[in-house]
Amino acid sequence: MAFTLYTLIQTAILCTNAVAVLHEERFLSKIGWGVDQGVGGFGDDPGVKAQVLNLIRSVRTVMRVPLIIVNSACIVLLLLFG
Amino acid sequence: MANAAMMYGSSLANQGKDMVNKEISRFMSVNKLKYFFAVDTRYVLKKLMILMFPYTHQDWEVRYHRDTPLPPRQDVNAPDLYIPTMAFITYILLAGMALGIQKRFSPEVLGLCASTALVWVVIEVLVMLLSLYLLTVHSDLSTFDLIAYSGYKYVGMIFTVLCGLLFGSDGYFVALAWSSCALMFFIVRSLKMKILPSLSSDSMGTGSSAKPQFRLYITVATAVFQPIIIYWLTSHLIRSSESSCLTTGAKAE
Repeated sequence: MAFTLYTLIQTAILCTNAVAVLHEERFLSKIGWGVDQGVGGFGDDPGVKAQVLNLIRSVRTVMRVPLIIVNSACIVLLLLFG
Repeated sequence: MANAAMMYGSSLANQGKDMVNKEISRFMSVNKLKYFFAVDTRYVLKKLMILMFPYTHQDWEVRYHRDTPLPPRQDVNAPDLYIPTMAFITYILLAGMALGIQKRFSPEVLGLCASTALVWVVIEVLVMLLSLYLLTVHSDLSTFDLIAYSGYKYVGMIFTVLCGLLFGSDGYFVALAWSSCALMFFIVRSLKMKILPSLSSDSMGTGSSAKPQFRLYITVATAVFQPIIIYWLTSHLIRSSESSCLTTGAKAE
């Protein structure tokens, strides 16, 4: 399995896109992964589920605009260079 | 006239240097990086011996000096980035040499080998960071520490490839077994000090039953991942040399 750096960049973009398209009210709340269902414990270790939900929510908030830019750049480059 | 031009040029170069420094220090702190390269010959030799034969090393504790860890020059257990960098470059050169011996060499293959190894390091560091974050392990392992610990396997890889080139397929497997065991022992002992004891400082009553288990799983999973990756990244360098020797021998008969 020979990886190039381009494969790594492609994987990162695809994974980030996959996390960013998870819709809050249509999907995440339906399966019990909504924003209000994560903040359960008030101790000093939130547990795995709360951390995962936190991570998903922060990726969706932070990476929305950069992903738009990066995806547009990818589309233009793929159209130009195949 | 020339004097003024020279002074102007040097002031321009200084400005450019300051700008570059400012930009770089926004992404990673250069001081933290300098800590990892503060090594000397004695440290490198002792560390290489520990990597290859960790069974007699007694004290695995990283020594601190007023809350900051000691640099690698004064503490053998401190992680450094010099050995992993040098070992990575040596591994790429050795891979080129091994491929050249089997007459399969071309410059693109070398670049492919280098980027494959680099991508595996990045993947491993990202998986470790993700698992440490998800299980809320409050250890003082920074990103550079993880890069250092996952770069130590290149020393084992170099040893394995050398033995495979010198002694054939049997030597390769013996060296693979030896360096895998040594590396697994080294990783488990080193990471145990950093990941596991951070539990004892915060006394958790009920939630601690699941925690030491997960931390142990992380350590053991990291250790088990090392031989797999060593085999994956080196077997293609050795395997065909055996078969090519056999085919040339068969053709000669």
